[in-house]
Amino acid sequence: MEPFTCMFCAGLSYRWSCQTMMVRDALNQAMDEELERDERVFLLGEEVAQYDGAYKVSRGLWKKYGDKRIIDTPITEMGFAGIAVGAAMAGLRPICEFMTFNFSMQAIDQIINSAAKTYYMSAGFQAVPIVFRGPNGASAGVAAQHSQCFAAWYAHCPGLKVVSPWNAEDAKGLLKSAIRDDNPVVFLENELMYGVPFEMSEESQSKDFTIPIGKAKVERQGTHVSLVSHSRYVSHCLDAAVVLAKEGIECEVINLRTIRPLDVECIETSVMKTNHLVTVEGGWPQFGVGAEICARIMEGPAFNYLDAPATRVTGVDIPMPYAKILEDNSLPQIKDIIFSVKKTLNV
Amino acid sequence: MLQTQLLSNHHFNFGRRGRDSSVGRAGKCDVHRLEEGPPLKAELTREQGLRYYRIMQTVRRMELKADQLYKQKIIRGFCHLYDGQEACAVGIEAAINPSDHLITAYRAHGYTYTRGIAVKEILAELTGRRGGVAKGKGGSMHMYAPHFYGGNGIVGAQVPLGAGIALACQYQGNNQVCVALYGDGAANQGQLFESFNMAALWKLPCIFTCENNQYGMGTSVERASASTDYYKRGDFIPGIRVDGMDVLCVREAFKFAAEHCRSGKGPIVMELKTYRYHGHSMSDPGVSYRTREEIQEVRSKSDPITMLKERMLSNNMASVEEFKEIDIAIRKEVEEAAQYATSDPEPPLEELCNHIFSNDSPLEVRGTNPWARLKSVS
Repeated sequence: MEPFTCMFCAGLSYRWSCQTMMVRDALNQAMDEELERDERVFLLGEEVAQYDGAYKVSRGLWKKYGDKRIIDTPITEMGFAGIAVGAAMAGLRPICEFMTFNFSMQAIDQIINSAAKTYYMSAGFQAVPIVFRGPNGASAGVAAQHSQCFAAWYAHCPGLKVVSPWNAEDAKGLLKSAIRDDNPVVFLENELMYGVPFEMSEESQSKDFTIPIGKAKVERQGTHVSLVSHSRYVSHCLDAAVVLAKEGIECEVINLRTIRPLDVECIETSVMKTNHLVTVEGGWPQFGVGAEICARIMEGPAFNYLDAPATRVTGVDIPMPYAKILEDNSLPQIKDIIFSVKKTLNV
Repeated sequence: MLQTQLLSNHHFNFGRRGRDSSVGRAGKCDVHRLEEGPPLKAELTREQGLRYYRIMQTVRRMELKADQLYKQKIIRGFCHLYDGQEACAVGIEAAINPSDHLITAYRAHGYTYTRGIAVKEILAELTGRRGGVAKGKGGSMHMYAPHFYGGNGIVGAQVPLGAGIALACQYQGNNQVCVALYGDGAANQGQLFESFNMAALWKLPCIFTCENNQYGMGTSVERASASTDYYKRGDFIPGIRVDGMDVLCVREAFKFAAEHCRSGKGPIVMELKTYRYHGHSMSDPGVSYRTREEIQEVRSKSDPITMLKERMLSNNMASVEEFKEIDIAIRKEVEEAAQYATSDPEPPLEELCNHIFSNDSPLEVRGTNPWARLKSVS
């Protein structure tokens, strides 16, 4: 499934017959459907109600569901994340929005110590069915304190599920699954993807459409190298694959969809076919998603099929600068992926 | 039946600098932003008195047994004991319903008992056995029961959780309240004030309760808090300061507080003035920051169990023999519980990785090395 700009739908209502949808509208639809389906579901966060969402992801929901189900909070992340976790413990199914995941650092104790660990500490007595969602990683020109990718931090912790959708169909199906999951799910969106339209399949139109957490998807078949990525960089990988195909290099592009649990089997199957692995992510290199993938490949059957060491393409190991030229060169570009593939293939 | 003037002849005085900490001058609780406080009189039936006595004494003996087991190295890690503070847990439970909710911090063994868990399951959790209330996986600070949310190790984190539980009560329209407890040390945490703000804004039925035992670990309240009027720290939220050593005072105050919340008036802040005989935890002798004289004075003048017993005896509500019988029965129960806790087997290694996720299909968990592929079920 490739992204494209639909002439009729871009910027207007998504519910047209050509069935494309922007990522933000897919997220909106997912929440709308789950709010309707289960009255225990509610949304809280800064500006989610009367402002229609800082990034308009929750547009229209407050008007439809009211104050009880869509709750504007004060700017107190630790407090409202804790309140959301407590509500989940007592029988509700909250969706806790962080305006960006950078602010979740203020609440990270509640996410890890109160949410993630509780089912284990209580030996299966106390479940915490909660979704923490919001934009993660770099945006555009928002500088160092607003651009961090938290995939590796959250994926480190047992007791959490960490999901990172790429396209609109991912967004809808995975968010519905996350809301229906009886466990704490960290749902990492991407602000730059919110306005990107994607074609939606027939089955994704259904109110019961879900995508299972923990399963990656092969977005493009290939034979020479496995490109493994998540979120926005799946687009970059697909674009790089188009360019590389012209030179006779066929890339297999894997969209992880879920960071934890990682679908290692999908990656292994691919690597055993292509014999080359390149991971692509926006986060910093050290102790990151790519590092974990490489370690797991080393420990499994795919290692013996590698014809070259695995390569990681990552964000530059610095706080995010502001100036456009600096910011552009702090994140993986398509040319970096192409370069890394060729180095890995030794061409 | 006893109709009693609360606090008529009890003053709770201590403090090395002679600070007057007496509570309930002439029987009244100190109130903040309230026209009136809890009633000055309370009724105590014989049945209630014996029940409160039995429960407090059970908590007392259970905690002393834990002390013993810890010194024998049968209990390890953290162990924060509640002896001295029994009137708080028992008074609160007497005022609320089992269907109400309660959450506290790590000094939680007393509440685990009052919320319905047997002594043997508590002790077996402390000794890390499979018969423990959390199957040995939680330990001292992580015990749970229906409508009891632990047992929380991170200072202050339980308070927003409590406000969230109250939100769920309001959302579900079930007329229940949540008691969210914290200590004088936690009272300065920012997340408390975040919780106060949201609870007040949304009128959550949350009874925020500071168990002020005068010391946050080794730091006295004067050294930690610019204001030690913890019942006023909710600012715009009404507050009541209560003698936490008098189980009847606690009960009446919490009946008042629960009614306040149930009537839709929003949250309330309670301060219970109490005292712990042990140090902060078993690794703290508890005498480097306070004097033995102080501890002894509280024990002799303000012990919650002694006070209740003497009140009942002096009003001919029960005999010395009856109390002795109760004591003997409790001693036996605690002894048997300790037997169980020391003989029950440890949790099976096969269950090491269970309970990561709720309601999920089995998953594989990486062990200490790549060949260790362990199984986890919900």
